[in-house]
Amino acid sequence: MIGALIARDVRRGLTGAAWLPIAFFLLVATLMPFAIGPDAKVLARIASGTLWIAALTAALLPIERLIEPDRADGVLDQLALHGVAEESTAIAKIVAHWLTFAPLLLIAALPASALFAMDRAALVRVELALAVGTPGLASLAVAVAAVTAGLPRAGALAGLLLLPLAVPLLIFGAAASGDGGSAALLLEAAISLLLTAGAPFVAGAAIRAART
Amino acid sequence: MTALLRFEDVALRRGGRMLFENLDLELAPGEALQVAGPNGTGKSSLIRLAAGLLRQERGRVDRTPLGLADDALALDRELPLARALRFWSKDVEDAMTVLGIDHLSAVPVRFLSSGQQKRAVLARVASSGAPLWLLDEPLNALDADGAARLASIVARHLASGGAVLAASHQRLPGSWRRLELGH
Repeated sequence: MIGALIARDVRRGLTGAAWLPIAFFLLVATLMPFAIGPDAKVLARIASGTLWIAALTAALLPIERLIEPDRADGVLDQLALHGVAEESTAIAKIVAHWLTFAPLLLIAALPASALFAMDRAALVRVELALAVGTPGLASLAVAVAAVTAGLPRAGALAGLLLLPLAVPLLIFGAAASGDGGSAALLLEAAISLLLTAGAPFVAGAAIRAART
Repeated sequence: MTALLRFEDVALRRGGRMLFENLDLELAPGEALQVAGPNGTGKSSLIRLAAGLLRQERGRVDRTPLGLADDALALDRELPLARALRFWSKDVEDAMTVLGIDHLSAVPVRFLSSGQQKRAVLARVASSGAPLWLLDEPLNALDADGAARLASIVARHLASGGAVLAASHQRLPGSWRRLELGH
């Protein structure tokens, strides 16, 4: 059942709205050089931080379709009746969301890096930091989606919830993208693991609490 | 024979209001029970409590594996009907035939009428293989043919040792034991 759920969510993501956050990510990355100006040195300095901000805001876009449609349509109830624990549902949702979000983001980071005149080494650092950070980001998105599912103005509320919680990931992710020699990547990995390990329990409890 | 569903001294509170108290009921294999009563007396809540989707305030609920048909479709709108049903159960052809929707198997779920959707929801429960069926307002949106097909699929389920608990304010086709709420 879990495998079928992951396959279903990936299929629905890739045939639907998975491209939207990626387009948004590239758009934000494109706006920055326009706003800052064409100075290659300045752009290279701010590149990693900007790409992380773009990734965080792009991660907000799909939140409303992660949990709420399945809650409203009774899919979450039916999964529970089929003996799937809410935590397992949340894990499946996290895996599926990561699969439809992270690979596309990593690919989109290639053209984005060109906009900032990043060199090869910087690009590798950014890709590595994004690859390490995206599981945590996907988990956080699913947990926040579950907590806000069914609430009015859930999208705006989700942003207010997710962005502060993503700050540690942003700090170490951007640091790891900028300076490969520091321990930032390890700390980012630790935070990403913490979010990935905690999110299924938060999301599972939220799904149960949202039942009426 | 052991009961497929048993409520012992159950009380249910929703939104600060006690819907019912001291409710005992037992559903043995082959039994069909209709929960009746005016709107707002807790028929749907009783179904969701029986499904384990709500928690009782007091008492004890024992249940066997069950299938639930309520207002929620729980089928992917963009998929053909047969494929959408197959997400929940491998063997759906027989249930689709009995409910008269086998000719719709290649039609995407979003194009189905509300009566056809109701039949699809009933087919999901019928193909689940669960011994206990919970049906919330099963007659909603069904035409006369749909109601007759519902009666026959329920009769077949009861004959094979299953049990059905249905909530409805209308008269259900077939012979049902009745439980009145709100008195």
